Amino acid sequence: MEETIRFELNGKKTQMLLDPNLTLLWVLRNEFGLTGTKYGCGMGFCGACTVLLEQEAVRSCTLPVSDAANKKIVTIEGLVLNGNLHPVQKAFMEHDALQCGYCTPGMIMNAVGLLLKNPEPSQQDIIKGMEGNLCRCGAHVRITKAIQTAGKEMKGGK
Amino acid sequence: MKKIITNEKESLTSQERTGMKRRDFFKLLGGGIFIFFQPRDTFKLLELQAQQGRSLPTEFNAFLQIAEDGSVNCYTGKIEMGQGAITSLAQIMADELEVPFENVKMVMGDTDLCPWDGGTNGSQTTRSFSPHMRVAAAEAKTILMQLGSDYLHVPVSQLEVKDGIITDIKNNKSKVSYGELTKGKRIEKHLDGKPELKDYIKFKYVGKPYLHQDSRLKVTGEAKFSADIQLPGLLHARLLRPPSHGAKLVTADLSEAEKIKGIQVVRDGDLIAVLSDDRDKVDQAIVKVKAGYSFDETEVDDKTIFDRILKANSETNVIKSNGDLETGRKISDSVTESEFHNSYVAHATIEPHAATAMIEGDKITVWVSTQQPFRAQETIAREMNVPLEKVRIKTPFLGGGFGGKSAHKQAVEAVKLAKITGRPVVVAWTRQEEFFYDTFRPAAVVKITSGMDKSGKITLWDYNTYYAGARGSDTIYDVPNARTTNYSGGSVHPFGTGAWRAPGNNTNTFARESQINIMASKAGMDPLEFRLMNLKDEKMIAVLKAAADKFGYTPARNPSGRGYGIACGTDVGTLVAHIAEVKVDKITGHVQVIRVVCAQDMGLCVNPQGTTIQMEGCITMGMGYALTEEIQFQGGDIKNHSFDTYEIPRFSWVPKIDTVIMDRKDQAPQGGGEPTIICMGAVIANAVYDATGARLYQLPMTPERILTAMKKT
Repeated sequence: MEETIRFELNGKKTQMLLDPNLTLLWVLRNEFGLTGTKYGCGMGFCGACTVLLEQEAVRSCTLPVSDAANKKIVTIEGLVLNGNLHPVQKAFMEHDALQCGYCTPGMIMNAVGLLLKNPEPSQQDIIKGMEGNLCRCGAHVRITKAIQTAGKEMKGGK
Repeated sequence: MKKIITNEKESLTSQERTGMKRRDFFKLLGGGIFIFFQPRDTFKLLELQAQQGRSLPTEFNAFLQIAEDGSVNCYTGKIEMGQGAITSLAQIMADELEVPFENVKMVMGDTDLCPWDGGTNGSQTTRSFSPHMRVAAAEAKTILMQLGSDYLHVPVSQLEVKDGIITDIKNNKSKVSYGELTKGKRIEKHLDGKPELKDYIKFKYVGKPYLHQDSRLKVTGEAKFSADIQLPGLLHARLLRPPSHGAKLVTADLSEAEKIKGIQVVRDGDLIAVLSDDRDKVDQAIVKVKAGYSFDETEVDDKTIFDRILKANSETNVIKSNGDLETGRKISDSVTESEFHNSYVAHATIEPHAATAMIEGDKITVWVSTQQPFRAQETIAREMNVPLEKVRIKTPFLGGGFGGKSAHKQAVEAVKLAKITGRPVVVAWTRQEEFFYDTFRPAAVVKITSGMDKSGKITLWDYNTYYAGARGSDTIYDVPNARTTNYSGGSVHPFGTGAWRAPGNNTNTFARESQINIMASKAGMDPLEFRLMNLKDEKMIAVLKAAADKFGYTPARNPSGRGYGIACGTDVGTLVAHIAEVKVDKITGHVQVIRVVCAQDMGLCVNPQGTTIQMEGCITMGMGYALTEEIQFQGGDIKNHSFDTYEIPRFSWVPKIDTVIMDRKDQAPQGGGEPTIICMGAVIANAVYDATGARLYQLPMTPERILTAMKKT
């Protein structure tokens, strides 16, 4: 039943003997200890489990790990490069775009996915792109501003 | 007189009870200066302890330590769930001690390290806890100055302190740091008596905006929550759940689940669980357990609950009464009778309840998402029949609380399973379990009979609140003949209910402030002017005017078609006034909130940044219970299993938000985590009325209810 599954995780090529039906969420958390990716609903409704798969934001709680085979996965832990925070992470801090912080990794990953697709999103684009990510504390206003700021910085950095 | 005590008393009662012997305690924390203090008045503390079965009074229930390296640690049983106490408490400490803000560390919610605390709720941290912490810090500073005086051989009056360095004013080369002074020392001081607080003019950190101090951990994914604790041999567990509240397990067939490779099946009475190294495997295995139940048929559902509430055999308590209702009725020119309904609402934190339990020898350690670490400790000690000191609760970050993380079912389950299996166990509820076992905000009814004279002066106020709770049921307006009656008790609810951010107040403020607008319209008056005419409380008048100024409000009789709503109220000592603008789609009944302004008087505001964030959060979260959030149920069967049928606010809902914090630096700080949410039902209901002429008497104001109300106009 188990098979060897290969993928690139946070920049590192990796392989593991796994049941291909396990969800990516629990493989990341349990096999790789990457607990920044959160369980929120297990059905793809809240976005707390969002990661990047081939540069695209996906819900890891409903994705069988076999679907990630031979692909590039980036989790919240993989955004920091050489000790430097990603512009989206920095902007979330600057704007205080969080409270309890539980939805934050998923928010950030979804925002990174959004900015990769659309580097200059309008406010409406951001709202539309983030609509499926839930925050109970009500940090939405600040998250929207943070994504705008990060978008400008990412564009400037290119 | 202040006395420095260096003593070797052998026991401290609260430490004994929380499990740490005095010697171990100091061994663990090292030397330095310790200031022990008690953040509530003694009477309240004793009362609380009695309620929670703690038999002995404690000498203190928090302390701060100036460690030998000069760092400042504050140990408190309070927890951090996004409300920002980790930041605001550190600001206060830095100010009173004159140390750099960065040097202060909060150690929170660990029952072995932190002294007993009654829990994090009721916006108590700043208003009840912090004044005492300030005194403790001031006391520590006094001791340090005395030590500095001895060290530098100059009188205290000749010393100044800045950033933790004491300097001789007459010779600035003569100086010593707090760290040097505390080295090799162990000084204890127990504080009692009333706080004498530093003049606000001297504040350097308090009153200035500070960003969340825990945000780096949270944006990098490093912040640990209760399901993130990784232990060798950790088992994931899923438990068999009944299909509805009141269902009793009759038969269970575990054979199918037992056949699955890598699955351990456990049964202990009604507790049936499957465990494995993989979470996915237990998710698949739990559905293989076949169970039969007997049902306790409860007829009530989300439509008939209000009737049940009104017909319940409840206890009746008149909370407040002045004048005479009959007289009020006689002198009233018009009388308005209304009945308001409010559905069950879930906490719906994005982090579901979780606990990770580990048993080493006879010591139980549990990481729990709880607002009540010490109550969790008691519950587990009782359930496992072990002494309190054998249970240690650690509280990592909480992924939201709002009152919903006050029970500890998941922690008891994790500990029981760890005991049975002999391995560490994590119990992390699914979203469906979260919706099933939530302690919901109770469904409630409020009936108001009110009257006014020809000028629009309120002459009668007969207020009856059924099962909402009394908080926020005060009249607030100046009425000569008024009575507030609270109906409670008995078993009305088919499932668990509990505190939900500003308990009782959301329902009561919705009812009162809706009624006020109904009366204003009857009187032909603008609702702001009607309020100002009927209010005596200068602070409330000031927040209403501040909100109106910020909004750019101009008076008009409702419905004006503009879609403006107004509401005000008080909670945990803080006064709030809201003005909102909404757009109502008259075909679909959908409400879009365009703008919300809130002015808030909370006395001294410790962290304006943190406060603004709490206000924005309350406004955003409050739109949910106002517009969509409602538990659907049939008897004990909860129909909402996830966010598809239970809709909480999303990005597209969020209005333009403006907040005003009244400048009240000279007054004691009040609560900040809850007040701004209380007006959200009323302010939107009043705005919907202003837009459409349709009056909504029930929350949430779903499109169907709005269309129905519009048809009546």
